[in-house]
Formats: sequence, structure tokens, C-alpha cells
Amino acid sequence: MEITNQEFKHCDLIAVKGRVDSATAPQFAKALETANNNARFKIVLDMNDLEYMSSAGFRALLAAQRNCKRYNRGEVVLARVPVRIREALELAGFTELFKTFDDPVTAVGNF
Amino acid sequence: MPAYTFPASFEFLDEIRELVAEIARSGGFSEKAIYSLQLASDEAASNIIEHAYEGVSNAFLYMTCDMKGEEIVITMRDTGTPFDFSSVKEPNLTSDLSDRQIGGLGVYLMRKLMDKVNYETTRTGNLLTMTKRRE
Repeated sequence: MEITNQEFKHCDLIAVKGRVDSATAPQFAKALETANNNARFKIVLDMNDLEYMSSAGFRALLAAQRNCKRYNRGEVVLARVPVRIREALELAGFTELFKTFDDPVTAVGNF
Repeated sequence: MPAYTFPASFEFLDEIRELVAEIARSGGFSEKAIYSLQLASDEAASNIIEHAYEGVSNAFLYMTCDMKGEEIVITMRDTGTPFDFSSVKEPNLTSDLSDRQIGGLGVYLMRKLMDKVNYETTRTGNLLTMTKRRE
């Protein structure tokens, strides 16, 4: 798994690549927490190169969404969610908790 | 029927998923079904490592994965703490963000992704058996 963070004026664009499972989810969670610790609560998560995510990753997503939405200070939105991951998120009932966008530019513009 | 032994560590989840994908692919499963099988196996192994072997080092997970006719049969055996599988309630998937319970999601996914999930505690440890029919 690999994570890159690009700061825009109104939001952070975080790209997560590779596989998020119980082994790598702590690192994924930490990247989201780091953004929050820097007072960045508007986050676009670009999943274009994400191959796999288990419930360990979903757990990190949920924690981040809770933290970002607190005090209406922001939210996590998802961009370019691969079809298999979208299906798993749907099964877990997660799709209604996150806005999703087909491209990261529109997602960034949403903030 | 070959058996595979993995150290009970999250770093081996990659190998477990690869093994399942390889056997499912040769068994004619679709890419969508293969992803489901990988996810269910990952959730099962993660549960064993995290809960059955909580605080235990040098533990192992014993696995089989075979095609039986149209079905793939995946078993995982551990010698850790038995788990009350039947007590895991379905998570409420429609509740608000603040009320979402993340516990039980792994088991829920396993049950949804597989046709059958059976868990029993035997003389030789806890045995999880999951099956899925090829579409």
C-alpha cells in the first residue's frame, strides 16, 4: 500500500494505492489522522489505484468520516472507486455514508 | 487434499488471498466471485489472528482450499480461543454515521459473500468451513 497527500486550498487529495488489509490498515488510518491533526477535515480519497480493501480499511474510513464530520467542519468523499471495492462497500452499507465522484477534480471542486 | 500452514500474522494475508485466487481461477470462478472469495478468506483469517490468537505468539493457521465439483471449499483451523460465531449479530447497516457499529462487519461480509459458513470447535481446534458455488 502507498499513500500520497496533495494539499489544495480547500481540501486534501489523498491517493491510496495497492491493498488495504489488516496489515496495512493502521498505516492508512494514520494518514487520515495526520491530515486531521493538521486541521484538514475536507478530504478527497482517490481510490483509482486501490486494488483491494477489507473491513479493516472500512473501519478506518468510518473513523475518519466521524472525525471529519464533527462540528460540520468537513467530510471524506471518495473518488474513482474501483468496481469490486464499490460492491464491497455497498454490501457493508457504506455507500450512503460517503459521497462518491467519478473524477478527483470534480471531487476537489465540491469543497 | 493439500493443507497449507501460515504463521498467524497479518503479513501473510496477501499469501492467503493469492492462494484462494489461484485455486478459484483454475476452478473457473469469475473475477467478481474471486474478489468475494478473497475478501471472505481475508476476513476469516483476520478474525482468527486478531481474536482467536489474541496475545499469542508463534501461532499458526491451517488452511485447505479445494474445488469439489462446482463448489470451492475453504477451511481454516486454529488452536486458539473458541469464538461464539452464532452470537455475532448482523450489524445495522442503515443507522446513522454516529451509531454505526463496526464490530461484526467481517463476519457479516463472510456470510454474505459465501453460500455457507460453518464454525465448530473440535478436538483439534476451531474449524471454519466456507463454501461457494460457481455461477
